[in-house]
Amino acid sequence: MNNTEQVKLSLKKRYAREKRFQWYGKIAVWIGFVFLATLLLDITLKALPAFQKTEIQLQVPIDWETLGLQPDTRIDPESLRTVDFGGVLKKSLREVFPDVKKRKDKKLLYRLISSGAEYQLRDLILSEPELIQQGKISLWVTADDDVDTFYKLKKSTSRIKPKQAEMIQQLMDQGKIRTRFNDTFFQNSDSREPEQAGIRGALVGSFWTLLVTLVISLPIGIGAAVYLEEFAPKNKLTDIIEVNINNLAAVPSIVFGLLGLAVFINFFGMPRSAPLVGGIVLSLMTLPTIIISARAAIKSVPPSIKEAALGLGASHMQTVFHHVLPLAMPGILTGAIIGMAQALGETAPLLMIGMVAFIVDVPGGILDSATVLPVQIYLWADSPERAFTALTAAAILVLLAFLVTMNAIAIYLRKQFERRW
Amino acid sequence: MTASVLILLIIGLSILAFLAGRFRAARAQKNGRLKALPKHYGYYTAIWSGLPALILLVAWSALKPVYIHEQIREVLPQSVLTQSNASVDLYMNDILLAIQNNDTRDDPVLIRAVDRYQQLQQESNWILTVLVVLLGLSGIVYAMTNSLLRTQARSHTETVIRVALFICSGVAIVTTIGIVLSVLFESLRFFQSVNFFDFVFGTKWSPQIAIRADQAGSSGAFGAVPLFFGTLLISAIALLIAVPVGLFSAIYLSEYASQRFRATAKPALEILAGIPTVVYGFFAALTVAPFIRDLGQSIGLDVSSESALAAGVVMGVMIIPFVSSLSDDVITAVPQAMRDGSLGLGATRSETIKQVIIPAALPGIVGGVLLAASRAIGETMIVVMAAGLSANLTANPLEAVTTVTVQIVTLLTGDQEFDSPKTLAAFALGLMLFVTTLVLNVFALHIVRKYREQYE
Repeated sequence: MNNTEQVKLSLKKRYAREKRFQWYGKIAVWIGFVFLATLLLDITLKALPAFQKTEIQLQVPIDWETLGLQPDTRIDPESLRTVDFGGVLKKSLREVFPDVKKRKDKKLLYRLISSGAEYQLRDLILSEPELIQQGKISLWVTADDDVDTFYKLKKSTSRIKPKQAEMIQQLMDQGKIRTRFNDTFFQNSDSREPEQAGIRGALVGSFWTLLVTLVISLPIGIGAAVYLEEFAPKNKLTDIIEVNINNLAAVPSIVFGLLGLAVFINFFGMPRSAPLVGGIVLSLMTLPTIIISARAAIKSVPPSIKEAALGLGASHMQTVFHHVLPLAMPGILTGAIIGMAQALGETAPLLMIGMVAFIVDVPGGILDSATVLPVQIYLWADSPERAFTALTAAAILVLLAFLVTMNAIAIYLRKQFERRW
Repeated sequence: MTASVLILLIIGLSILAFLAGRFRAARAQKNGRLKALPKHYGYYTAIWSGLPALILLVAWSALKPVYIHEQIREVLPQSVLTQSNASVDLYMNDILLAIQNNDTRDDPVLIRAVDRYQQLQQESNWILTVLVVLLGLSGIVYAMTNSLLRTQARSHTETVIRVALFICSGVAIVTTIGIVLSVLFESLRFFQSVNFFDFVFGTKWSPQIAIRADQAGSSGAFGAVPLFFGTLLISAIALLIAVPVGLFSAIYLSEYASQRFRATAKPALEILAGIPTVVYGFFAALTVAPFIRDLGQSIGLDVSSESALAAGVVMGVMIIPFVSSLSDDVITAVPQAMRDGSLGLGATRSETIKQVIIPAALPGIVGGVLLAASRAIGETMIVVMAAGLSANLTANPLEAVTTVTVQIVTLLTGDQEFDSPKTLAAFALGLMLFVTTLVLNVFALHIVRKYREQYE
């Protein structure tokens, strides 16, 4: 048997191995896709229930007598403070179920509606005082989260007593229970009750934090990039700065949190939980990303443009600020948006500086206590109540929507303004 | 509040200075040529007006609290002063609280202190405002009279800008120094109460310090070995997923895939790197971990619901793009001539890849894997949400383990006193984390860079 024959014999095996190897590659790529698809699908499916809320229809008596007010009292927050709206709602609940008599059953009955329903009624009367003249109104009040879960899944959970299930069935038969778009989720801030919890506070907190981050990191990032690309002399110090920036980009984000805690909060005595500190920490974290991309953008401006400007008598500084920077701006902004997206999704360093507090108010500025969207997700994911799972997933979808938008803008900028010189 | 008013004041004065300088230069320009454009004289005057005032403002704000603190000490009774420093700090806090709530509790000492504090604050604000305005105005006057038209206004301005740019790039260094110092200082304080070797080699971790000294385990145990081991276990699982998947997809995408498939598949895989880690944490804790537990139970295995496996697998998915995009870079950097040579000798494509391209790209791939490993070690949210809190020293991936980052988060969230070994331990762990990832990064970047030079 000569060599050619030997090779020919082994060919079949080698081609089989070639095929197999290609398949490994294909499988690897598809594993990545499958993971991505599973992740997104799983979260979307979990989130869907959170975009609907369950409401129960009640006939609420709101004449002066039931409210316990003198007729024609001026309706304002002060005069309504003494009114027992919870009692009013309980009364109308009893009217729907006249045969519920036992004390224990009544308790179960009252638990059908959200504890926030009384504020719903109060706000309604505050905004439309003339309703009192009607004496009785038909009102859809938010149901309790357990009822909500039960109604959406149409099957029993351990948190719904058989008696309550009967009541809900009765409501269903009478058409007095329905689901609507959950606007509470976008209008309210955090709450212990899942049916009253929303992401508004976290969104506003994220906005303030990102604002601080942008205001700090963009000018400093551009300044550093301009210096390193255009003015830095070739020496040891410049080398150190460059190596430093590269290493800083790979420092775990939680270490920046430690820095924030030790330096800004304990040493400088800045307020805990404030977007100011969060923004500073995040800007230190995103600075390397912005510097690196800004340098790449500045570097890609062709030297001929610089030489032309210098040749016409512009100073180096004028060349940079009048010609190089404007031409590099789309690239710099792309990098900045990607850095901001990174900052928007960051959680760990913010846990260190106390942005994990339970905050009900919408923060009004960079010094107020606040939380941000990813931290809100973390807090809700930790909650034992089942209904919070859907809220968490829904908050994640909102976060991902923001990230997709930011990245889409970045890609658009790059496509629109990218120039091949 | 006053600081922002003062900053606005400084900006206003600078604008005024700019207008004045430009106006004067513009008028002079009609009579003859100047050394620079009128606006440069404007900038020059504005810098003289604004910069000193700004520096004063910053320095004043930094020194004011110290000075006020010293002054307040004098009004405090001897009984407070003779106690430790901490009690004075506490008293300062009381003063601030009293001002905030407008409630002095009818305590004569407190009333005196509050009065003194408010008086000092007011004085300080007045003096500062006057000084800032004076400095701003005198800056204008100096710049205008100091033979404005004969100065090299543009080059002076540019020098200032250049210094400002240098300071910007110095922020990165300051940040690093800040990280090192803050972590190092707190760690040193920690090692004063806990032996360094007990920390690094101890195998028992239970940082909860009992309130009473006679309680069991009152001192707390700070042996970090279980944490290091847990971190390594989870990172190893992550790399076991990420390295094969990442490497093979990089090979497929760069060597086999059509241009069109590559153009969509590569960004799609990179989405995995853009998803926030808290999302992965949620996915790991609520989907993957129960799934693995149920799977284990169905074949008769006892799997913890916070198993290292779940956290590791999800973390592996997260770092797939790191491995694949870095490997992709180095694989495409291998010169085409080497491929052609191998194929010309009759090797199949897979043989070329296995015997020529991978060996040539190996240093770069190793660098990429090391970067991914450092990413895995420092990753926080996935393990905080999906891994456990109990420090088990086990190599069984089905049991719950804890990691360095999880412990840092648990030790530092919630109420804390800053001086207890418990909180300081978090900084010692942070130091370990920082050093480990730094060494890994420097090493990885070194390998990658050295390799790149080979073919350039």
